Amino acid sequence: MLEIRLHGRGGQGAVTSAELVAIAAINKGNFAQAFPSFGPERRGAPVVAFCRVDDKKINIRAKVYKPNVVIVLDPGLLSLLDPTEGMSDDGILILNTKKKPQDIPALAGKSVHVATVDAQTIAIEELGRPIVNTTMLGAFIRATGLIDIEDIREPILERFGSKLGSRNMLALERAYNEVSIKE
Amino acid sequence: MAKVRKGIEVSIAMADAVAQANVDVIGAYPITPQTHIVEHLSEIVANAELDAEFVPVDSEHSAMSVCCGSAAVGARTFTSTSSQGLALMAEIFYIAAAMRLPIVMALANRSLSSPLSIWNDHTDTMMVRDAGWIHLFVENGQESYDNIFTAFRIAEDEDVMLPVAVNFDGFILTHMIEPIEYEDNDTIAKYLPAFKMKNTLHPDNPVSMGCFGMPEIYTEAQMQREDAIRRAYPTIIKAWKEWGDLTGRYYHPVETYRSEDAEYCIVTMGSYGETAMEVVDSLREEGEKVGVVKIRLWRPFPLDEFRKAVLGKKSLIVLDRAISFGGPGGPVASELRSALYNKEGAPVIVNYVAGLAGRDVSRNDFRNIILEGKARAGKGDTEGFTLYGLRG
Repeated sequence: MLEIRLHGRGGQGAVTSAELVAIAAINKGNFAQAFPSFGPERRGAPVVAFCRVDDKKINIRAKVYKPNVVIVLDPGLLSLLDPTEGMSDDGILILNTKKKPQDIPALAGKSVHVATVDAQTIAIEELGRPIVNTTMLGAFIRATGLIDIEDIREPILERFGSKLGSRNMLALERAYNEVSIKE
Repeated sequence: MAKVRKGIEVSIAMADAVAQANVDVIGAYPITPQTHIVEHLSEIVANAELDAEFVPVDSEHSAMSVCCGSAAVGARTFTSTSSQGLALMAEIFYIAAAMRLPIVMALANRSLSSPLSIWNDHTDTMMVRDAGWIHLFVENGQESYDNIFTAFRIAEDEDVMLPVAVNFDGFILTHMIEPIEYEDNDTIAKYLPAFKMKNTLHPDNPVSMGCFGMPEIYTEAQMQREDAIRRAYPTIIKAWKEWGDLTGRYYHPVETYRSEDAEYCIVTMGSYGETAMEVVDSLREEGEKVGVVKIRLWRPFPLDEFRKAVLGKKSLIVLDRAISFGGPGGPVASELRSALYNKEGAPVIVNYVAGLAGRDVSRNDFRNIILEGKARAGKGDTEGFTLYGLRG
């Protein structure tokens, strides 16, 4: 089972990202869960979303405490929280930042695999606004190989409609190609 | 017969089930965490995908009043609420059962104020435990979807004619995206024939419903209700059996997991059950002789099945999700103790209350509760209840 935690701010689409990954995995015949860290929705406040993917039925009704993958949509959150909390050294941390992975200091003394992508720039160029949730999924797909780009296309087109969905896919594909990964 | 497997939010799947059940009237008022069900149903009706009357009322009290009126004329009727909404409709909630109106409710379980909380526990449903409704509990999205159909089938059965609440955990299930298998409309139509009520309100044949009851008749009226809900039991079993025969998914009033050779069991109700199975699997690997007993049917209470499942075990660790202030234990544990009193081979019960107002109950918490509960049972430390994880 792969457990994923997403950090974002209210309005950035962290929950949507978790849902899109879960739906893509379920459409492939796998089992998955996606759920928010439940509570009142406040734009701009730090939010957390979770996703689990497995090839068998998932029987856990609790938050994710030991994520294999953590995605941080908003670089500003790194000064507020430790994104590696609960991760082991073989975990994958995916950051939206202009920096390269080798320029990211070890967080809380952990040597997790780090992947970085300038999702902010990509999203502004492709979508015209700094909403990076789908863009970051490109980096996620490349860094984890959990699903293929084609698996996420249908859920994205369904969620956003064909016009906006296609632009989200362009941003996602660019992030897939532009992500830097430190093994 | 085509089944379709979808990755979908449980609330949306429940609303889709209500549409597939071809309801006539939905009377509802939105409240967290039930909101997505009602929003989606309102969309379905507005888009003319379902020929039904959606009555957007001014309060939950009105919602249940609308439901009573529509069910009384023989319309298939659905509503959904949570927490404060249920509290506000409590007056009419009781009347629905007393008047034998087969309304189906999706009850997205949530805590009650105060302090104000929107999160999940079982406080709301325990408030209406004695109202005379049939109460089912489900533990995942598939069960939530399935039991909309079984609930209508049970409620509308000529031998039952009682409202049914499908209890499912707020947020933990309502806001969860997971795989759910949809049945096709032919299967549903086969399982759930059109609702034909025998005694309806009709202008051509005026009758009074919900009359004044003098002391000379009130007791008898209550006994009729008691009879009705007890007699519903075989219909519930049959409705679940036939659903299983059609879909391959069977439900039972009491369900067990790895309990046959277990010396002790954890007892759960609602979405607790799934994490409990996961943790029991890992404890079994360590040699613990532990199993899970799940109460799916809360009213009418499945006394015989429960006893059959647990008599001969050493101990039960009962996990409640609500407090009964000043009471002898959590609501579930108190009933289970009563069910086992003076029974030969009865296990002792250690009671934990956890998960109040959405406090997460992790796998590690389950492990602690099970192992600590077993040790306490061994020492005879079984009085009252323990609030798990209480700080300070």
